[in-house]
Amino acid sequence: MSAVSPIDVPIDVATKRQLGAGERTAERSVTKRTKKRLTSRGATIASLIIALLWTVPTFGLFISSIRPAALINTTGWWTIFQNPGFTFDNYSQVLKAGNSQLNLGQAFINSIAITLPATLIPLTLASLAAYGFAWMNFKGKNWMFIGVFALQIVPLQMALVPLLSLFSRGLNIGGVQLFAGLNASGSYTQVWIAHTIFGLPLVIFLLHNFIAELPAELIEAARVDGAGHGQIFFRIVLPLTMPAIASIAIFQFLWVWNDLLVALVFADGEVAPMTKLLAEITGGRGQDWQLLTSGAFISILVPLIVFFALQRFFVRGLLAGSTKG
Amino acid sequence: MSDFFNWISTLPALAQIPLVVGAFVVVVAVILFFVEIAPRSGRRYTIIRLAVCVLAPLAIFVFLGSVAWAAAVAAVLGGVFFLLDYRSKQGAGYLFQLVGFLAPALILLLIGLVYPTILTAIAAFQNNRGNRFIGFENFVWIFTQPTGIRVVLNTIIWVLIVPAFSTAIGLAYAVFIDKSRGEKFFKILVFMPMAISFVGASIIWKFVYTARPAGQNQIGLLNQIVVLFGGQPTDFVANSPWNTLFLIVVLVWIQTGFAMVVLSAAIKGVPTEQLEAAELDGTNAWERFINVTVPGIRSSLIVVLTTISIASLKVFDIVRTMTAGANSTSVIANEMYTQWKGFENGRSAAFALVLFVLVLPIVVYNARQIQKQREIR
Repeated sequence: MSAVSPIDVPIDVATKRQLGAGERTAERSVTKRTKKRLTSRGATIASLIIALLWTVPTFGLFISSIRPAALINTTGWWTIFQNPGFTFDNYSQVLKAGNSQLNLGQAFINSIAITLPATLIPLTLASLAAYGFAWMNFKGKNWMFIGVFALQIVPLQMALVPLLSLFSRGLNIGGVQLFAGLNASGSYTQVWIAHTIFGLPLVIFLLHNFIAELPAELIEAARVDGAGHGQIFFRIVLPLTMPAIASIAIFQFLWVWNDLLVALVFADGEVAPMTKLLAEITGGRGQDWQLLTSGAFISILVPLIVFFALQRFFVRGLLAGSTKG
Repeated sequence: MSDFFNWISTLPALAQIPLVVGAFVVVVAVILFFVEIAPRSGRRYTIIRLAVCVLAPLAIFVFLGSVAWAAAVAAVLGGVFFLLDYRSKQGAGYLFQLVGFLAPALILLLIGLVYPTILTAIAAFQNNRGNRFIGFENFVWIFTQPTGIRVVLNTIIWVLIVPAFSTAIGLAYAVFIDKSRGEKFFKILVFMPMAISFVGASIIWKFVYTARPAGQNQIGLLNQIVVLFGGQPTDFVANSPWNTLFLIVVLVWIQTGFAMVVLSAAIKGVPTEQLEAAELDGTNAWERFINVTVPGIRSSLIVVLTTISIASLKVFDIVRTMTAGANSTSVIANEMYTQWKGFENGRSAAFALVLFVLVLPIVVYNARQIQKQREIR
């Protein structure tokens, strides 16, 4: 969102110079402080070492993924200059690799088809619920909210198996069928619903922190003007929380894209995402490094693009409001 | 609804996205429309409300393929609900709006998390076919088998080491690069692993750890370093007990960036005046850090430690892809999946319950924190 800039107030030249001088002094003291911090040489070296340790493994993966298979298996990637050689065969090879039902290229499309709805649906439902928790009064609101928060920490493992049988068999209580099974194995439906449900608690919690921080006067004023909750939500709350929604959406996207456990349980055969197929390749052909490195790089490519394109949003956006003491 | 999903699953993958999203948007739009209509007075709107109270549950049950009289029950409930609403102190239609906003999420949570959790808790005390209660037998099995104990112990090792190291390294890094030149760039370098899937990260680190027999060229970076210093190449993920630590390194590598970003934002929120006042009192940098900065970022530290603790309790992907639990590296989440795949539902559920018990203290602590915050508001 664009920052609101104040209108330039007309001032005389002397005042302007004075103000400018003040600014300059402030700037100078900031640089002075920065200098003082940087004199600690040990800290600088330590941070350089950490940065190096955290980057080199990924860098090595990338270099390896574009080297011919024979070279990967006989020489280290750091000897690329002594043993030069580039190829994109690994990539075309890995896109065709897979199991009897699908290859990595199709799994890539599956990942997209799973991730987009599984990002959008929970975010919408959660923003509705977060508004309800933040700006509507009802009995037991606090307890209910804490209950939703606590669900966030229920291990997914607790829910997986019963949810799977719920999908396939429906729900029967005392011989009465409340709803029938979805009958939808082999489609994305199960994965969408599962990701939606598992994402909800955390997304509600994070979004609630933002929506509750909005000034109460704003909501009151709208209500006095005769706006209903639907309008307030749509016209005021939604636009104002867009930065937060964007940052949380990016995270939900990364979580769903990177998930393996839900995929293993709910996405069978033809609809499996890339993580599942990659895990299979790792298990079955653990020594085919040219496949593993290029496959891994394809799987991290989309998250990395999303990450580099949008990181300025979520670095500051994700936890604002949730860490208030 | 079942038919809709069946139909949609016959389409090509990418065509399914707009259709599902479109259908979903329509549903939300309808909810918002009725929420907006709800508080309006007048006979017409009253009739609409009444109709929705009866028709909405009916529609839902019909779509879910249920018996008709279940829908009738829902209609009666709808009527009661309507009457209650009519007398509500908050104005007509308030309850109606409330349900519109909260029900979709809450119903999904009830179906998808609360109900399954209860079922799993019950299944933990049943035999593997789920038709007979066998008391604590499953738990006895876990805690009398050397492998079972090992699995629980490994999980505890994960949850002790990962949060401590990632938070410490993240905090140190955040402090070191604070206000330095190129801070943003340095942040991205360490934060990047957050974007990489656990499976991808596992492959990256498998490649770092991989070993070739002595005498050959090493292709794994770590073994190359070992050989460089005159050591023998070792297969890091194969040799117990240290292999668990080498797996833990991967999660630390992933989570440090998260800790660093959150703590860095918190450090910037510590008032400069306090730091300057401490400086005037003649304290050194370390004292200022312990006495001013750390108390200032306490709540962020708690959030970071909690989040990473939960992530490491539930760790699954890394163990699954790097060792599949072999060579005594298994953790609860992985063992639970393995047991389930082997049709040992009772044991699988028992593992899940053990995991839940381990997470419980963290839930209670954080719920209390939230309650305190909400009371302040």
